[in-house]
Amino acid sequence: MPGFDFSNYNRNAALHARGVPLPKATSTGTTIVGCIFDGGVVIAADTRATSGPIVADKNCEKLHYISPQIWCAGAGTAADTEFTTALISSQLELHSLSTGRKPRVVTCMTLLKQHLFRYQGYIGAYLVVAGVDPTGTHLFTVHAHGSTDKLPYVTMGSGSLAAMSVFESQWKPNCTKEDAIELCSQAIQAGIFNDLGSGSNVDVAVITADKTTLHRGFVKPNERSQKLKNYKFKRGTTAVLNEKIITKDEIGKYVSVHELESVEGEQMDVDS
Amino acid sequence: MAMFSQNPVLNGPNYSFAEVPKDAVDGLREHRFNPYTDNGGSTLAIAGADFTIMAGDTRLTSGYSINTRYSPKVFKIGGSNSSQDDANILLSVVGFAADGEALKERLDAICKMYRYRHGKPMSVNACAKRLSTIMYQKRFFPYYVYAILGGIDEEGKGAVYSYDPVGSYEREQCRAGGAAGSLIMPFLDNQVNFKNQYVPGSGTGHDLQERERVPLPREEVEVLVKDAFDSAVERHIEVGDALQVVIITKDGIEEKVLPLKKD
Repeated sequence: MPGFDFSNYNRNAALHARGVPLPKATSTGTTIVGCIFDGGVVIAADTRATSGPIVADKNCEKLHYISPQIWCAGAGTAADTEFTTALISSQLELHSLSTGRKPRVVTCMTLLKQHLFRYQGYIGAYLVVAGVDPTGTHLFTVHAHGSTDKLPYVTMGSGSLAAMSVFESQWKPNCTKEDAIELCSQAIQAGIFNDLGSGSNVDVAVITADKTTLHRGFVKPNERSQKLKNYKFKRGTTAVLNEKIITKDEIGKYVSVHELESVEGEQMDVDS
Repeated sequence: MAMFSQNPVLNGPNYSFAEVPKDAVDGLREHRFNPYTDNGGSTLAIAGADFTIMAGDTRLTSGYSINTRYSPKVFKIGGSNSSQDDANILLSVVGFAADGEALKERLDAICKMYRYRHGKPMSVNACAKRLSTIMYQKRFFPYYVYAILGGIDEEGKGAVYSYDPVGSYEREQCRAGGAAGSLIMPFLDNQVNFKNQYVPGSGTGHDLQERERVPLPREEVEVLVKDAFDSAVERHIEVGDALQVVIITKDGIEEKVLPLKKD
C-alpha cells in the first residue's frame, strides 16, 4: 500500500532511543455510538478533541462520510480516523463505479479492517461503521488492530463505558427511529458529562433506505456563558516599536487576496 | 520550582537532550508503587487593598474520570472551633488531593495550638513561614500540592503567599495554581498587574508609559475570577462543575459557590 513515507524512521528511532519523546497527536478521546432501528441506523458522536488535558477543538466533526448511505464515527487519533475513512471512501466509490452496484457496509468494513490490520494498530483509528445497502441495515465496530463486531447497539472511545451504561439500561428490541435517536443522544450525553475526554455537543446521523440526515449540533448542552466584563483594549495600549503600511492594492504582491462576505464562528475581541 | 512543574508540554522545549532520562538508555526500568496521583483542578488567589479573594473549582478527577463534582479546595484555617467561622487565614491546595487534605489538617492543628498557647490568632506572615517549614520537612517525600495561603496582613492589606511542593514561597499580588494555572496566570498578569499594557498616546516606541498598577476593587476582582474560571473550563478537561469563591476581609469570611460547565 503506497502512501506512507517512512524516510524519517531511522532518525526518529535513534532520537527515541536517546530518550526524546514522541510528538503528541491530537486524539479525539471520544464518545461515539450507534444503534439500529426498524428501517435504518443511527450513529452519534460528541464534538470535543483533546491534546493531553487541553481541549484542542470544542466543536469538531467525528461523523465521517463514506458513501451516501454509509457513514462512520471515529475515535482515536484524529488524523488517522480522518484519513482512513477518506481513503476507504475513495476506494469504495471506485469499487462501486467498476461493479455498477451500490457500495455495501460489509465491503466498507472489510476494507477498513484489512487496512488497519496491515498496520498492526499503529494507525490509531477506532470506528463505528453504519449504513443501509441493498442487503439491509448494518452496524459494525472496527478496532485499530483490525478486529470487528456486529451488534444492534455499539459504543466506542474513552466514553464508551458511560455510553454503554445507557444502552444496557434503556435499549429495547425493535425500536423506532425516534427511540434510536433519543437513545443515542442520551448515550453521548452520558459520555459528555461523565468522561473528561468527551464534551461539548451531540452530532447525530440518521441513515434510512431512502436518505441520510446529518444533525450537526443535535443537542448543545454546553453553551459558553457570557463574559462578565468587556476585554476590549483602548487603541494604543500595545507598544508599537515601528510601523510599515502596506496598502490594499500593494498587498497582492505578497499574498493572494480573496474577498470574504461574512465571518462565521466565534468572534474574537479586538480593540475598541 | 521548575522541578515539579506538571505541564512539560507547556512549560518548555519538548525535545531537549538535557532532559534525557539517563537510566532508561539500557532498556532497564525499575517498577514500583507510585504513591501519588494527580487529582486535577485549579486554584486562584488575588490580594486587594483590604481583602483577599481565593477561589478554586470543585471537580476531583483521576485520569478521564470524575471522582466527585463537589470537593472544595479552599479551606479556612486556624479558627477557634471546628466551624472555622472566626478563622483569619485561607489555604487552597491543588494537586494530589490526599496530600492536600493532610496538609490542611496539619496546618489547622498548628494554628489552633498557637491560638490556645498565645491567646490570639496567628498572623498571616507567621503562618506562611510555618507552612513553608512544614513542607520542607518532607523535602524527600513531598506533599504533592501547590498551596496558596491568603489573609489580611498586620497592616490590614490583602496578602497572598504561593508555594511549590517543597516549601519555596513568595508573597504575591496574585497567583493561579494547578491544572489550568498556566492558562489563567498570563490573564492575571495582564488584567491584575496590567502587564504589557501602556498608556495610549503617552509617547512613541520605548518611551511609552506603562499603565499604572492600582489595586482593583472587590467587585471587579470577583468578575475577573469568574471569567478566568469560565475560560479555563472551556480549554482544560480537568476543570469544571462548580466554583468555590472565598473572600476574607477585616469583617470576616464570606463564601459562595457558583456553577461551572459540567462537561
